[in-house]
Amino acid sequence: MAIEVRIPTILRSYTGGAKVVEGGGDTLNDLLTDLDSRHGGLRARLVTEAGALHRFVNVYVNDEDVRFLGALDAKLSDGDSVTILPAVAGGAFGFAAAAAISGHSAAAAAISGHSAAAAAISGHSAAAAVTVAQHSAVTAG
Amino acid sequence: MLSIDRSIVDAIVAHARRDHPDEACGVVAGPVGSDKPTRHIPMDNAARSMTFYEFDSMEQLRVWREMDDRDEEPIVIYHSHTATEAYPSRTDVAFAGEPGAHYLLVSTREPDTEEIRSFRIVDGVVTEEPVRILDAGVDPHAVQSYMFGQSPATVDYECSGN
Repeated sequence: MAIEVRIPTILRSYTGGAKVVEGGGDTLNDLLTDLDSRHGGLRARLVTEAGALHRFVNVYVNDEDVRFLGALDAKLSDGDSVTILPAVAGGAFGFAAAAAISGHSAAAAAISGHSAAAAAISGHSAAAAVTVAQHSAVTAG
Repeated sequence: MLSIDRSIVDAIVAHARRDHPDEACGVVAGPVGSDKPTRHIPMDNAARSMTFYEFDSMEQLRVWREMDDRDEEPIVIYHSHTATEAYPSRTDVAFAGEPGAHYLLVSTREPDTEEIRSFRIVDGVVTEEPVRILDAGVDPHAVQSYMFGQSPATVDYECSGN
């Protein structure tokens, strides 16, 4: 069982500098657990303590964003290629400010999906946070 | 320090102006390890927001693969702030995931002038750096000799070979 995993620059400290590593698993969750057994700490950079895929990374299976394939439950097969990229995002307002200004509960919920510090205490799934964040990004303006 | 061609800066500013008041974002790719931004790639702001930007994940995959195929990396990641200064927000810092990139910010809050600043963002620490804008086609090492070419006529006379 070999699944090729492409590692972005920012996470290569966990792979001894390797750009591509191999792992196995029936789901993305299994694969990340397998990788973590050899590249300790990698999983924690991708999965929140609440057990959801982190908001700050994009993970793709072949050509698909795993957010559309069931996130951590995405099914994998031998020969699949998994690509990890840091999400590129940001903007003028901190989400706390956006929440205060807009008064939307959606924006407040998005804080837990966006702030690194708050991610640990977040009970929201990454998929929910993504949806909420996109709405709040529109309404906050 | 970020050294970048004027033509690329002009294209970034034009993109930011075009999308104003929404935030604009994009990448300038360059050869791996060169620290030289050469290929401007405007990206869609999937958030289409005045206060937030986000690369579309599928467009990002395509562009990152293309860079990989061409032995390029993201040298500059830019976005605009449309009502505030060109300084990284806490959101920018929280998301910054390319420690090797120059994070270029353009503020379009003034209609006639742009504020352009560049930052390194590594492990949550923001460090501003100078931006050197190079005129098109001029090798950075040739800038100085170009300057000499503008010096008093006596220098030209000596160089003329008479």
